[in-house]
Amino acid sequence: MNKGPTIQLIDVNKTFGTQHVLKGVNLSIYEGKTIVIVGESGQGKSSIIKHILGLVKPDSGKVLVYGKDVNRISKKELKDIRSNFGVLFQNAALFDSMTVFDNVALPLRERTSKSEQEISAIVNEKLEMMDLHESNEKFPAQLSGGMRKRVGLARALALNPKIVFFDEPTTGLDVAKSNEIYRVFFRTQSKLGYTAVIVSHDVPKIFKLADYVALMSQGVIQDSLSPEDFQTSDNPAIRDFVEKTMGRIYESGQVEG
Amino acid sequence: MFLLRFSETLGSHFLYYVNQAGRMGIFLFLVIFNMFKFPYYKISNITKQIYSIGALSIFVIIFTGAFTGMVLALQGYTTLRKFSSEGLLGSAVALGLIRELGPVLTALMVTGRAGSAICAEIGIMRNSEQIDALECMAIDPYKYIIAPKFIAAIISMPLLNAIFNVVGIFGGYAIGVGLMGLNKGAYFYSMYKDVEFNDIYMGLVKSLCFGLIMVWICSAKGYFLHLERNGGFGAEGVSRVTTSAVVLSSVSILVFDYFITSLLL
Repeated sequence: MNKGPTIQLIDVNKTFGTQHVLKGVNLSIYEGKTIVIVGESGQGKSSIIKHILGLVKPDSGKVLVYGKDVNRISKKELKDIRSNFGVLFQNAALFDSMTVFDNVALPLRERTSKSEQEISAIVNEKLEMMDLHESNEKFPAQLSGGMRKRVGLARALALNPKIVFFDEPTTGLDVAKSNEIYRVFFRTQSKLGYTAVIVSHDVPKIFKLADYVALMSQGVIQDSLSPEDFQTSDNPAIRDFVEKTMGRIYESGQVEG
Repeated sequence: MFLLRFSETLGSHFLYYVNQAGRMGIFLFLVIFNMFKFPYYKISNITKQIYSIGALSIFVIIFTGAFTGMVLALQGYTTLRKFSSEGLLGSAVALGLIRELGPVLTALMVTGRAGSAICAEIGIMRNSEQIDALECMAIDPYKYIIAPKFIAAIISMPLLNAIFNVVGIFGGYAIGVGLMGLNKGAYFYSMYKDVEFNDIYMGLVKSLCFGLIMVWICSAKGYFLHLERNGGFGAEGVSRVTTSAVVLSSVSILVFDYFITSLLL
C-alpha cells in the first residue's frame, strides 16, 4: 500500500520584513526516507524547517505533519506532534549552563516519568552511540564543534523521535569531523529508522545520504529528485546549481549524451 | 512630503509600541496561566531561582539597607532636634523604611542585580536558539524557564524587603543611639507606638508588585529580544535590551510606587 507523505508543504508563502523568502513552496517528505534540501545561502532552506517545526507561521499555505496543519491545531496537538521530532540545530543550541549529560537528559526528565536510573541508562547509551561517554560531565563550552554537534544529535535522539531535522549539520566543521557526523547519522538512522530532513551546503557529499534531494531556489522548491536524477536534471535552476557546486563534468555528460 | 514622512514615522512608532504592549500583556497572561497549570514544578527549579534572585541579593540588600537606615537617622535626628522631638526618630526611620524606602530601594537593587541577569540569560537563550530547542522538544519555555523565575521573584522580593527594613532600623539605631546618644528605649518605643499593621501591609503589597514588575519586564524583554526594533541579535543586542529592561523596570517601579501609595493611603 502506498502511504501518503509524513510532511507536506502546500503553497507556503512567507515574507520577512520586505523580503519575500518563500514564494509558494510545495514539498512532500515520506516516512523513513532522507530528504536533503540544498540551495544557496539566504534562499530560505532553514526557514522551511522552522515552518515544519511550527516555530514560524506562514503568511499563506499549509504545513501538514501527519495530515494535521501545524498552524491550525491547538497548542496541545502541536506539542503532541513535536514529541515525534528531534532537531539538530545549526549551532547545536545546547544549554550552556548544563553538562553534556544534563543536556541529553533534559527531554527525558521533562517529558517522561522515568526514574533517574532509567534516564541515566538511556543517556549513557546515546552518548556511547556518539562516542561521547567520557565527556558527560563537560560543559558545552569545553567541547569542540564536532562534539557539540554530536551532543546535539544525542539530545535530538533521546526520545527516539520519528522525524529528525538537521539544520546544516556539518557547517563549520573540517572534513574529518564532517565525515564523523555522517557516520553517526548512518549508524543512528539504520538503528532507529527515523525520517530525516537535512538542510545542507555540503554538496555532493551529502547526496550519499539522501533518498531525495530538493533544490530551494528563487523562493520555491524547484524539484525533489533522487540524487542520480538530480544530477542529470533538465531543470535550468538545478543544472545551474549542479554546475556551480559540482563542476562541469555533469554538464559534459549531458551534452555528449 | 515632510508631513507625510513625519506621520508615517509617528504611526510606525505608535504601532510598534502598541504591538510591544500587547506582546507584554499576552506574555504576562501566559506566564500566570502556566504558573498554575499542571504538571507543577520540580522544587529544585524554584529553589535554584530563589537562590539566584533572592539569596545572592542578600549581601547587597544588607549593605544598602544599613546605610539607608543610617542616613535616615542622621537626617532625621538633625531635623527632629530643631523641634525637640528626637524621641520620634525610631518611628521616623521605621515608617520611612517600611512604607517607602524599603520596598522601592530593595526593588531597584534587585532589578540592578538580578533583573539584568534574568534579561541577559533569557536573551542569550533566545539568541542561541535554546528557546527554539525547548519548543521543539515539546517543553514549554513559559513553564520551564519563565514561570519559576516569576515564582522566585514574588517569594524573594518581600523577604529581601523585610531584611532591608530590619537592617535599616538597626542602622538607624546605630546612628541615633550609638552616635547621637538617643535613649534606646525611646527609639524602639516610638517605633512600637507609631508603626501600624497598615504600614507593613503597604510595604508588603509594594514589594510584591515591584517583584512582579521587575521579573515581568526583564523576562519579557529577554524573551522577545529577536523582535526588538533595532535588532536584538549578538552581544550588542543583549546588552542593549538588558539596559532597556533595567531602565524600564526602574522607572515603572517608581511610577507604580506613586499609584500604589495613593491607593493604599
